[in-house]
Amino acid sequence: MKRKDILAIKDLSKAELNEILTEAEYMREHIDRRERLTALTGRNVATLFYENSTRTRNSFELAAKRLGAATTSISVATSSVQKGESLIDTGKTLDALGTDVIIIRHSIAGAPRLLAENVSASVINAGDGLDEHPSQALLDVLTAKRHFGALDGLKVVIVGDIRHSRVARSDVLAFTKLGASVTLCAPYTLLPAAIERMGAKVEPDLDKAITDADIVMPLRVQKERMTQAYFSTVSEYNEYYGITEKRLERTASDSIVMHPAPINRGAEIDGEVADGLKSVIEEQVTNGVAVRMAMLKLLTESRA
Amino acid sequence: MILLKNATAVNADGMTETDILVNNGVIERLEKNIDAPEAEVVDCEGKLVFPGFIDMHCHLRDPGQTHKEDIATGARAALRGGYTAVCCMPNTVPPVDNPAIVTYICDKARAADAAAVYPIGAITRGQAGKELCEFGKMKAAGAIAVSDDGKPVEKGAVMLNALKYAKTFGIPLISHSEDKTISADGVVNEGENATVAGLKAIPKAAESAAVARDVLLAEEADARIHIAHVSTARSVEIIRGAKAIGVKVTCETCPHYFAATDDEILSYNTNAKINPPLRDESDVAAVIAGIADGTIDVIATDHAPHARDEKNVEFDYAPFGSVGLETAFAVAYTHLVLTDTIKLTDLCRLMSTRPAEILGLDGGIIAVGARADLAVIDPDDEYTVDANSFASKSKNCVFDGWRLKGRVVRVFVGGEEKSF
Repeated sequence: MKRKDILAIKDLSKAELNEILTEAEYMREHIDRRERLTALTGRNVATLFYENSTRTRNSFELAAKRLGAATTSISVATSSVQKGESLIDTGKTLDALGTDVIIIRHSIAGAPRLLAENVSASVINAGDGLDEHPSQALLDVLTAKRHFGALDGLKVVIVGDIRHSRVARSDVLAFTKLGASVTLCAPYTLLPAAIERMGAKVEPDLDKAITDADIVMPLRVQKERMTQAYFSTVSEYNEYYGITEKRLERTASDSIVMHPAPINRGAEIDGEVADGLKSVIEEQVTNGVAVRMAMLKLLTESRA
Repeated sequence: MILLKNATAVNADGMTETDILVNNGVIERLEKNIDAPEAEVVDCEGKLVFPGFIDMHCHLRDPGQTHKEDIATGARAALRGGYTAVCCMPNTVPPVDNPAIVTYICDKARAADAAAVYPIGAITRGQAGKELCEFGKMKAAGAIAVSDDGKPVEKGAVMLNALKYAKTFGIPLISHSEDKTISADGVVNEGENATVAGLKAIPKAAESAAVARDVLLAEEADARIHIAHVSTARSVEIIRGAKAIGVKVTCETCPHYFAATDDEILSYNTNAKINPPLRDESDVAAVIAGIADGTIDVIATDHAPHARDEKNVEFDYAPFGSVGLETAFAVAYTHLVLTDTIKLTDLCRLMSTRPAEILGLDGGIIAVGARADLAVIDPDDEYTVDANSFASKSKNCVFDGWRLKGRVVRVFVGGEEKSF
């Protein structure tokens, strides 16, 4: 892979997406065989998280360790970041410590790009503001690909707080680049402006939206959006936008349900759906490690 | 005594090929083939001579934030842009909310000996939107206008009284019209680009709805109001409609609202983080139409200097604003005149004549007996903007690297040539 950083799906060509997916399939086989690899032996991988996240961070660290890398984790609460050190200065320090890859999560869109422009380490975006979450989109498409064989012509429906979701943005870009169609479903308060210009369809009526869907992906509903007047009650939200077994009857017979997790049972997804036969939520978690291994391997291969 | 030979003098109402004889700070003669052996001759063949530009809206950061700019560097940057007078907004630290700070700025401006600097006093004490400042005393000390720029006057009742109080003292009121409950924590224009970049968005109605409120309040008060930095299509329409029904409203836009769009933020360039935000093509078209039909009276800079380290951070952490004093003319000339949208005479009206009229300043015209504030322009000089070469202390310019035409080559303030 001829790039220093992976910052956004919007930067990646279809060929690059496929390159990562192919590598990830191979990584997944190693995971299933419980084998460890040595591709990153002697490499240093740092996670730099300005936002709380246990699962994404753990997934990246596990991926790095499975490849034999040494990992360092810097979180806001325990580092000089608290003392007001700038992002660029923190990045330069990591550079000086011989870091090969920095995995950054930040509450502000574009922060990984700013870091990447100022460090010689490779940078992987683990989520920035409302911008993107590329590794999540890659694990979603990998999960879909492993289930359906190919993405061409699949109908993906993402339901919920699209407005505040970087996962939704990255998924729209990744799925459409690979030939699937994406329908976004939410009350208009939770849809960002001109989202259809990114290549998605918008349908605020869930029953219409999920008809014949191959993949249904509810997004976590954040309770604080209620107090900000984005929607009324969880009960009303669940009635109109919750994924239930009943609603899934409208989808394609072999449809699957994905969720970026953590899930809110009884809000955006009913418990029986989350635990049901169509749910691939745990499969997504395993594929997350595979995708992140692939990203780390491909980026470090091209490094001196 | 200075003689500008073979000039093309540009006024709002026409252009003349003429010589210009300056004596005792005023234009003494204005005709062809003036013979004045005792005068220092300046050859202006092929050059345009404008009445010095007047910027109704800049931030000079003095007092309090002189690492970004001070009165002297700002007044020098102004000269580079052909400005012979600039008006600095009161959102300094502390804000210009009393006559003593007005006097401080006037004193520093005199010592700077560059472009004239006229302070704008705050509307409310501490720009807190509650109690009115001393408009009478601030005007007596040298304030040219009042504004809470940087912030809106949030409460309609306070704005209504401010308009009446300003009318009492005959001081112009410049409104930063914004509904902060709508703009909230947004950093860029709401639309496709904000969605693609994942940056928090400011709906256009945050400006337009506030503009509507403020022109209605001005009508209610039967007072003049000047709307700062108009950037949306709807604001232009609202002001056009208000003018048609007789509201005493004038307004300004800035070069970045007619020459740039929010495409600039896709690279997370913090120099393109400006309030109001850079808009989309439909707004740019409407602003240009408003300039062309006279709805928009003035082009101001909203020169907003910020230090390198303040801008070289995550997008949300960077302060709003771009410097603009040294590029405004060339941007307007390149993007409005050379595109045949407006004439040179219109540009004179927008950058010199109307600002002088609105503020009640001497200037804005090249005429016998008028104050000799003049900007000499080479219209053929084409160059790439290099912010590092600016006279301003700050280099945060959204036009950095742009290819522009038209360079200010000489500036005369009160008949004296100023170096810059």
